[in-house]
Formats: sequence, structure tokens, C-alpha cells
Amino acid sequence: MPAWLRGLVPVLIAIAVLAVLQLLLGHLPFFVYLASIVGVNVILAVSLNIVNGMTGQFSIGHAGFMAVGAYTAGKLSFLLKDVAIAGLPAVVSDQVQFLGTLLAGGAAAAICGFIVGLPSLRLRGDYLAIVTLGFGEIIRVIVQNMEVFGRALGLSGIPQTSSLFAVWFCVFLVVLVARRIVGSTHGRSLWAIREDEVAAEAMGVNTTGYKVRAFVISSFFAGVAGGLFAHFVPIINPGSFTFVKSIEVVVMVVLGGLGSTTGAIVAAVILTLLPEALRTLFLQLGGLGAGVSLAQKVDQIRMPVYGILLVVLMLVRPQGLFGTREVWDLLPRWIPRARKGLT
Amino acid sequence: MSDFAQHLINGVAAGTIYALVALGYTMVYGVLKLINFAHGDVMMVGTFLGYGVAQKLGYEHQSSLWGVLAIFLAAMAACAVMGFLMERFAYRPLRDKPRLTALITAIGISFTLSYGFQLDFGPLPGAAPRAFPEIIAPREWLIIGDRAVVIWNWQVISLAIAIGLMLILQALVYRTRFGRAMRAVSFDHRTAALMGIPVDRIIALTFMLGSALAAGAGILYAIKDTAIQPLMGLYVGLKAFVAAVIGGIGNVPGAVVGGLLLGLVEEFVVGYSSSSWRDAVAFGFLIVVLLVRPGGLFGRVAAEKV
Amino acid sequence: MRSALAAVLTSCALALVGCEKKASAPPPPSAPSGGTAAAPSGGTPGVTGDTILLGEVGSLTGSEATFGISTRNAIELAIREVNAAGGVKGKKIEIRVYDNQSKPEEAAQAANRLINQDNVLLILGEVASSNSMAMAEKAQPAKVPMISNASTNPKVTEIGDYIFRVCFIDPFQGYVMAKFAHDNLKLTKVAVLRDLGSAYSQGLADVFERKFTEMGGKIVARETYTKGSTDFRSQLTAIKRASPDAIYIPGYNDIGLIARQARELGVTAKLMGGDGWDSEKLFELGGSAIEGSYFSNHYSPDDPNPRIQKFIADYKAAFGSVPDSLAALGYDAAMVAVDAIKRAPSFDRAAIRDAIAQTKNFPGVTGTITLDDKRNATKPAVVLEVGKGKTKYVATIAP
Repeated sequence: MPAWLRGLVPVLIAIAVLAVLQLLLGHLPFFVYLASIVGVNVILAVSLNIVNGMTGQFSIGHAGFMAVGAYTAGKLSFLLKDVAIAGLPAVVSDQVQFLGTLLAGGAAAAICGFIVGLPSLRLRGDYLAIVTLGFGEIIRVIVQNMEVFGRALGLSGIPQTSSLFAVWFCVFLVVLVARRIVGSTHGRSLWAIREDEVAAEAMGVNTTGYKVRAFVISSFFAGVAGGLFAHFVPIINPGSFTFVKSIEVVVMVVLGGLGSTTGAIVAAVILTLLPEALRTLFLQLGGLGAGVSLAQKVDQIRMPVYGILLVVLMLVRPQGLFGTREVWDLLPRWIPRARKGLT
Repeated sequence: MSDFAQHLINGVAAGTIYALVALGYTMVYGVLKLINFAHGDVMMVGTFLGYGVAQKLGYEHQSSLWGVLAIFLAAMAACAVMGFLMERFAYRPLRDKPRLTALITAIGISFTLSYGFQLDFGPLPGAAPRAFPEIIAPREWLIIGDRAVVIWNWQVISLAIAIGLMLILQALVYRTRFGRAMRAVSFDHRTAALMGIPVDRIIALTFMLGSALAAGAGILYAIKDTAIQPLMGLYVGLKAFVAAVIGGIGNVPGAVVGGLLLGLVEEFVVGYSSSSWRDAVAFGFLIVVLLVRPGGLFGRVAAEKV
Repeated sequence: MRSALAAVLTSCALALVGCEKKASAPPPPSAPSGGTAAAPSGGTPGVTGDTILLGEVGSLTGSEATFGISTRNAIELAIREVNAAGGVKGKKIEIRVYDNQSKPEEAAQAANRLINQDNVLLILGEVASSNSMAMAEKAQPAKVPMISNASTNPKVTEIGDYIFRVCFIDPFQGYVMAKFAHDNLKLTKVAVLRDLGSAYSQGLADVFERKFTEMGGKIVARETYTKGSTDFRSQLTAIKRASPDAIYIPGYNDIGLIARQARELGVTAKLMGGDGWDSEKLFELGGSAIEGSYFSNHYSPDDPNPRIQKFIADYKAAFGSVPDSLAALGYDAAMVAVDAIKRAPSFDRAAIRDAIAQTKNFPGVTGTITLDDKRNATKPAVVLEVGKGKTKYVATIAP
């Protein structure tokens, strides 16, 4: 098999698998919605892991980049709603536009990432956290003030062109990119920065350059996640991209284990489905005769319970679910391992 | 001119509260290098405790000096105990783990408190705002012109308390044995332990002090702005955190100066430009300060250990 | 290089498979009906044995929790009453409530769950317009009727023919207060203070500014605040400089604090607002500072109408607090829904939708509700004056 083709094999497999899933499950609205939300959170967690986990920096403004992507892509789609590309059937034209807006959303977020990252990544430690936090808040204020972005009401009327396939293909791409980074020279340099920035610099690693690049890649995917989000909710308003959202993503990354891509995926899936699962559980309990009012009250208990679970999980497993390892490092010996360093 | 003076007074009053909350942030950060995200929520709990005590004592509008002291002390003592429990059970086990994990527990505690207090059964208050009783009867302290500029007694009291606390804390940190131990722990807690400093006790005491301060700040906040509700910790906490960073986190006078500066910046943005950009300017100001002085106004950038 | 090629190829593939997916898209519109056909026993969604299941999405936690909870309470009250009176067509009504944490994506998810998992007959809610719109985007394609209790933005019902509301819309309420300020109070200089983070506040303030200027008045200051802030002194000092006759503040519970701080700073202008003011918190937070202010509302609590008095008494007995306007609207939304289920020839969702659309002169707490062809409620508004611990009726303004 020629080398260039071998690189494409995982992509082709992913396309085939996702296309089958789309055909089998694409008509179940609630499943698709949950899967899309989970997918978006996985993209956010895996991309933030590139900065927080692999590079050891601490960004808590991911929701801001997501907002940039969501508003850019959402607004573009809204403007292009009645435009079709000549010579293509409507559905194809829709999907091409969707893809274009996603890329535009990602690009806009990446540019913001560059602007924010270049000066602030020179700062050490917690200060990057604070600058990213500030950025997230500033984005929200800007959106609230601009008539074109619908101010407090948000953008509505975005065409619902997203699909199970689109979301999970993006998930696949971000995971692929994250894994390729880990295996590359780039990844080794990031790892060196994470372990000891001064030593890395002494070894000739251009620390600022690598950090900024990691940050830009991370922001790009946050933007894509936002773009996807805008196309299935399908209304976006500033309330969805608050500081709390950023924190949720950080929690996913830390819970999964800083630096572990599969850990981030698992944590994102668990934490997104947990509230929904608690809802189901409480409904079952409430259905046992305690009556309607209990079922109503229990929905309010979800968030405090979530908080307590976080504390307990951190106390029991402070290194996160997987530490810096990946899922397959935990499998029993006799199962063949993935090769290290997919270069 | 008169509205400039009024804006100045408003800004100082708002900044005073930021400063008081920021003091707690900064002390805990100074010793533990932990951004205690639950700090704002401790403040919220303290305020609700004060509210509960005031209700028990039956104060609606006016109260005696002793009553006010009782409210403050009860809330501060209860929050100190809460701070101790938080430190003992949620942070101490994680002290030698990556710093992010302790941050996540702090976030977990913050969620539990702020959402837990929104429940409306049992003794929990529910999400609706409550009016804090006017335990310090509001009186005009100074009126200029035809009510063109008004200064109230509680504004003066709060500012005096904030500056007094700053001086006391500064003396505590630099003049007492306890303060010297705190600084040693802050510098390197392992070496401090080797020198015979009871690290656990020092950190626990710092936490209790910080939490008690939060409760006091919360009650002063409630006296100033009347409404208290479970999410208030989130809003005030975030601003106070920004103030602490502007001043140089870990630095006691820095927290007070940072708080006052932030209050004044916000005030003048609203007064002389557009109020809708207030938060953006606050955070923009923070970013500019950090880019020019990466350690905050009063902070030092520590030399990197190699 | 290779990865660049891979990226190009994959994006082409993405577009192609995307088209394949869309080509098979036509089935989905029929899919919901297929889903309903497969619904558990009985074949009609939401109706099993002797119960009818309704859904509600509300902000039970988060920044809008106060409104979500009073809405939920009122809907519960309405359902209890209906069940106590023997239910509808011999069946008891049950309601399933989900929290949306005051966020649109959670609202969409909860609505989706109600529609597709719990298979409810119809959906009630929400207060915030952006949350209602997120729900409507899910309810409309699945052809599930939805009645919003208090979303006043005109865009909400424009989403489709299954989306209704029982409150009046921003353009009307903004006009009411502008007319009252200009005609009744004879004011010429008004300042506007709005909540930047609330679509409700923004909508009302926009309309008020436009209408009041059209009538010949002048807006002398425009200030904003953000949700959750409790210090309004800077904005009020800026407003004081413009010395307006009145300040229009379309907000919710913040208004009590604003009034207090305005008086504290020596601002003597009259305060005016919208239905968001109607809450017992107004008196608790505003104290004596709020007295003498005016706001527009759906009904007057001192209206001797037995319907209104009974609602207020029942709500107080059940939940120990005075109902706010959102509670009254929640109650009406539930009652309009029940009324439509009674009138509909079958439990079919389309039949229910038609029955809701035909709602005419329905005697609600918040006035006589008639739904127009845009699925909005048309009813007159009243203007109330705030007194000591209670409100006083001043005027009625018709659409």
C-alpha cells in the first residue's frame, strides 16, 4: 500500500462507520441531539487538552473561542440561508455551505487564539488563566452589545444542517490531530514545556512559538465545536458561553487526566450524560409513588449532586481517570497495543 | 463637578467590597498557591447566615451595636468553621497533587454551595433574592449642595473597616510569629515543615481567617446593596478575584488597591462613557495591567528556579 | 504534504456523504408520526390508560430560577385543580417538568426528551424568549403543540404554527407604557435603564424608546446594567445628570434595588416598568423607595373578579407566597392547554393544535385570552401604581 494511502485509511474507515451510524440512528431525534452535545463537548475537551494537558498551560476561556466560532458560523449560515450554490442540488449546497461556515468559525476562533495567545503565553502559570477568562467575558459583552449578533436574545433561525455524521467526523478529526501531535516532534516539545519550561528552553525549544501554535490549534477546534453547536441547538445566545461553560470543559480535561486524549473523551462523555442519567434515575425513583412533586424537585438536585461528585472524584482519583495514560495502556497485557508514535 | 465627586464616592464604595473579598482570595493564594473558587460562595453562605441571625434577633430596620456585632461574629465564626472543614477534607488531601486538582474540588464546592442554596426545601433559602435588614441604620454622613453629593454612614464604616483590616493583616503577616510562619509556608512548605513550622495548622488557620473575612465582607456587601441571593458569590467572587490579580495576587495591600481601582474604573466607564461596556473594560483593564506588569501592580515576578 | 492531501480529500468526502445524508432527509418529517404510531399502548402520544402526560420546561436553577419556580408552582396548582375537578375526559393530567438551567441548549435538550422519550401530548414553557425559541425549534418539526407562558419576543411564535403564547408581546407592552407616560402623566423627558443581558428588557426598552419618541417625547439618557449586578449607583448618577422626569426600567427583581439606590442618591424622577415588576419581592427589596412608581401588568391583584381572587388565595395557600405575574401566566398557559384538550375532538396532536388556535375569550387570570392568527394572545393591559405593600389600579390600555 502506498504511504499516502496508508495515512488515509483511518479516515476512510471513520467515514464508512459514521455513514452507517448516520443511516441507522440518524432518525432518532433525541439520540442525535444527545450524541451531538456529547460530540461537541468531546471536541472541546480534546482540544483544550492540547493546551492544558499536553503543554501544561492553563486556559479557562475555551467558551470564548467556542462563542467566536458559534457566532461566526451561525451568522454566516443565517445570511446564506436563502442562497444556493449554482449547479448543485439544494442538499449538497447546504452541506457545502455548512462545511464552509464551520471552517470560517474555526478560522475566526484561531485568529482570536493567536491574538490572545501571543502576548499572554509569555506570562507564566495562573496569569494565562486570568487573561483567557477575561477574553471570554469580553467576547460575551461584545456579543451582547451588537445588534448583528442579536444581543441578549441571541441568533435564531440558523438552519439545522448539522448531523450525527458531521459532528462525529469532527470529533474524529480532532482526536486524529491530537494523537498525531503527541507522536510528533511537536508533541515532544510540548511535553518538554509541560515538564519543565526552563529546561525545555535551554534545550533549544522555542517555547513561546510552540505554546502559541498549540493554543491556535486548540482555539480552531473550539471554534469548530461552536459552529456545530450553532447548527443543531439551533439558537445561540450569550448565556451559553459563560465562564461556567469554560469551567465545565476544564473539569472534563482534569477528570480525564491531564494529557490523556482518551481520558478527555471518556470524561466528556460521562460528564455530559451524567445529568441526563441522573434525570432518568430520579424519575424512576420519583415514579415509585412519591408522586409528581418529588419528580419535579429532583431536577433541581442535579447540579449540587454534580458538584459533590466532582469533589469526591478528585479526592478518590486526583490524577484523573487515566492520569497521562491512554485507555489502551490500561488494557490487559495480552491485547495487542497501539503502536507508540504514529508518525 | 458634583457628579464627578458622586462617581468617586460610588466607585470607592463598590471598590471597598471588592477589596474585602479580594483580601481573602489573596491570603489563601499567598499560602497555598490555590485559586479558591469557592471563596465567593463562602461569602454567600456567610451572608445568609448573617441574615438568619438577624431574623432570629428580630431586627427589621434598626439594631443595637451589640446586635450588629453578634451578627458579624456569628457569621464569621460559622464561616471560619466551614473554611476549616473545606481545607481539612477537600484541599489538604490534594496538597501534593497537581494544583489543578485542588482547583477542581474548589469548583465542585462552589457548584454545590451556589446550586444547593437555590433549593427551596428544608432550611435552604431558594433562588429568590432576599432583602437584608438594615442593621446599620442608613444616615447621610455628608451632604453637599442640594443633595448633589451624598455620602452615607455605612460607606464610611465599610471603607474604615477595609483599610483597618488591611493594616491589621499586613501587621499580622509581617510582625507576628504566625505571619512569619505563613510567609515561610508560602515560600516552601516542605522546607518550612523541616524547620519545625506546623504547616497544617498554619494553612488551616489561614483558611479560617480568609473564610471569616469573606463572611464579614458579605455582610457589608449586603448592607450596601440590600439584595442577597445564592448566585451572588459567583458575580462578586469573580470581580474580587480580578481585583486581587490586578493588585498582585498574594499581596495584602495589593488586594485593597486592586479592589478600589477596579471599583473606580468601572464607575467612571459608566459615568463618562457607555455603561454597556463596563465588564469588557474591567477585564480589558486587567489584561493591560498583566501585560505591562505581569505580576500585578504590587506583585513581584519571582525568578524562575532552575 | 500528505496530511494536507488527506485533509482536502476528507473534506470532499464530508461534503459528499453529507449530501447523501440530506438526500435521505425527506423521510424525517414523517418519522415523528412513525414514532407516534409506535407509541406505547393506545397509539396516541401522551395518553396512556387513564392519564394524560404534559411536559414543561422551566428554569428551575440558574440565573432565572425565581421565574421558573413560580411558573412551575402555578402550573402544578392548575393541574391539581383540574384533577380535583375530575380531570379531562375522565383522565387525570400528569405533568413532567425538566430544568434547563436557564440555558437554551438545555432547553432544547429537555424539549427533545419530552417529545421523543416521554412522548408528551404538548409542552408548556418557557419564560425567557431565547429558551422558548430553542424549544420551539424542536417542537415545531415534531408537530408538538407548545404554549409559552411568558416569552414576549415576537420571534417566538413566528417559528411555526404549533407555537402559541398566552402573554402579550413586547411591541404592545412597550407602547402601553409610552402612551401612559405621554398621555396620562404628561411627561416629556424620560431616561431608560435596561438589563443588557435580558432579551425581555431589551425588547421592551427598544419599543418604549421608539414609541415615546414618535409621540413627541425625548429620551434623555440611555443606561444599561448586567444581570446579577446589585450596584446601580454609577448608572443612576449618570442619569441624574440628565435630570429626567421619569426613568423607564423594564426589569425584574432588580427594580427594588434600583429604586432604593435612586432615592439614596437623591434622584427624584418617577420610576416606570413592565410586568416583570409584579412580584412580592418588589415591596421587600424596594421598601418605601418604590412607592409612587408605575408599571404595566396583565391584571390588577385588587380586581374584585372572583377568578383572580381565587387564584391569588389558592396560590398563597399552596406555596406560602404571593404569586407574581409569571405565576399567573403559567396558570393561564396550563388552563388554556386543558381547555383545548377538552374541546379537541381527539387526543391527536394536530387536533389539539387546532383547538388551541381557536381559543377565544378564554377567561384567564391575566385577562380574557383570544389567540390571534399569529398565535399571540391579544388582551388589554392595566397600569398599576405601587403603594405601601400593595398595588393600585390606575388605567386600562387596550391594544
